[in-house]
Amino acid sequence: MRLRRLVPLMVILGLPQPGSAQSSTYGLGKTPTAEEIRSWDIAISPTGKELPPGSGSAKEGAPLYAQKCAACHGATGYGGRAPQLIRSENTTLPPGAKAPPCLSPCIRNETVMGIYSPYATTIWDYINRGMPFGKEGTLTPNEVYALTAFLLYKNGVIAEEQVLDAQSLPQVKMPNRDGYVLPEWKHGMPRPFPNKP
Amino acid sequence: MDSKKASRRKFLKGGAAAAAVGAIQSASGQTPAPAPVKRSLKDEVAYGERSHYVTSVRVAVLERPSPDEFGLTFHVLTPLQDQVGIITPSSLHFVGTHRGAIVPDIDPREYRFLLHGMVDRPLEFTLEELKRFPSVSRIHFVECLGNRARADHKTVQQTHGLTSCSEWTGVLLSVLLKECGVQKGANWVVSEGAEEVKGAGSIPLAKAMDDCLVAYGQNGEAIRPQNGFPVRLIVPGFEGIYNTKWLRRIKVVDHYYMTYNDYGHISKDPKVAGLNLQWGPKSVITFPSGGQKLPGPGVYQLTGLAWSGGGAVRKVEVSADGGHTWKDAEIRSQVHRMAHTRFGMTWKWEGQECMLQSRCTDELGQVQPTKAQLAKFFNQPPDYYHTHGVQGTDNTIQPWRVAADGSVSNAFA
Repeated sequence: MRLRRLVPLMVILGLPQPGSAQSSTYGLGKTPTAEEIRSWDIAISPTGKELPPGSGSAKEGAPLYAQKCAACHGATGYGGRAPQLIRSENTTLPPGAKAPPCLSPCIRNETVMGIYSPYATTIWDYINRGMPFGKEGTLTPNEVYALTAFLLYKNGVIAEEQVLDAQSLPQVKMPNRDGYVLPEWKHGMPRPFPNKP
Repeated sequence: MDSKKASRRKFLKGGAAAAAVGAIQSASGQTPAPAPVKRSLKDEVAYGERSHYVTSVRVAVLERPSPDEFGLTFHVLTPLQDQVGIITPSSLHFVGTHRGAIVPDIDPREYRFLLHGMVDRPLEFTLEELKRFPSVSRIHFVECLGNRARADHKTVQQTHGLTSCSEWTGVLLSVLLKECGVQKGANWVVSEGAEEVKGAGSIPLAKAMDDCLVAYGQNGEAIRPQNGFPVRLIVPGFEGIYNTKWLRRIKVVDHYYMTYNDYGHISKDPKVAGLNLQWGPKSVITFPSGGQKLPGPGVYQLTGLAWSGGGAVRKVEVSADGGHTWKDAEIRSQVHRMAHTRFGMTWKWEGQECMLQSRCTDELGQVQPTKAQLAKFFNQPPDYYHTHGVQGTDNTIQPWRVAADGSVSNAFA
């Protein structure tokens, strides 16, 4: 009697094998529209395929920097209370002045993002998602292109008149383009360190 | 009815008599009961607080005050020296954020998680829908890359307080990825939080399919806001920053995305890059540890924590002579993979000056190195890492010096 009553429940539990490529197993969740995905998708690949239309140059970026960034990062991109953005010939601080915060990576001259990042897309991505502090997500694509161009120009990577857009930004040859080795990971793989007691 | 009332009255009378007897006995030498705790309906009924005698708290990292110049709370350290067992109380779990992020106040009814990219079926889930998938509960540590012991760190909270261990409950990311159908050519996933900076990082797809958890539970209740409420990613054994809090999105991609977090971790030295991502075997003695004082010679329970990103802890050894001789410690908790493991040993201190340290070996046979061994690997002078931060994950051995007066200090100081 009790066993017979269990049978219908087992039928309900009879879901397809998990992991079959053809269909979902649980039928949970909603299929987002292409427009919804676009509005969520702010991660910019080194290929730049997610970059939106728009453009900007260092000339357009200069007044934006003064208006939206200089208060925290310093008028010259160095010496503010936020991390350094522009390489500085003279990083000696006046007596009593505090060095700008050293985050990970420790941002000092050669490791400012405008020089150290292997791809210019990283700069665009971070300004777009995380700046200005307290007003994140308020910059237009044109403003983000212009500010990216301004930082790259001030760090000696591109010319002042170069216009950045979805096509030209990923093409910018960054000085540290080959400056990284990809971390590798496999299940059960020991770290490449000769451990001996 | 009458007889019942009568018997109740009799019972009450009897109770009063018994209480009176008790009071008389107390007055005549029996230990009196302690005074009751200050009554609070919230504690007694709704949600209990710890005893007011217990004062162990988190503190800000030495390197940056909290609040900082922007009013932000940066990294705060868990008080390992006060903890027992292997679970970190949720309210004492260390907190680290991408740039001192402001904790977002996410209404769980409004919460959405998007899984998309190189998949056959992009899907958006509510929290309620995530909970309709089969759940697993697993004990894992989370440790921040910034957990680097330095000479000016005085206590184990300062040297090692950016690691914590919880029971995490949620759905395996692999289940959700299979639900969406991962396409050929995919190699990485980019996970992203919902905080104001939307912190994001690239994780190998092999790891995402292995044992990562989309977690909504921590130690039997909802994850705390500071630790990612309502949903966070748990990437067992990886650097803390990959364990994305306030998880809002995972995108399946073909190549490394070089997000701001990724860029913050890159190195062109393959030796450094090789020691990134996954924590090596690590351990530390939490008693006796820096800032504590042994009241005098005699028997103590030396104890500490061991863990590894490579799996389960297989062995912990302890040395009392600066690393010349080692003795196996007892494993004094259950052993879980990528989890804090409690070790200990009965230790007799004769009152002499000594140097205590522990060494962990994990299931892969990896052995925790000394700072000098790491320095040799990186072609640096032996004492280089006494004063310099280790590149990548720091899993080096931490020695504590016990002085003849019983005071304990960081041996690198």
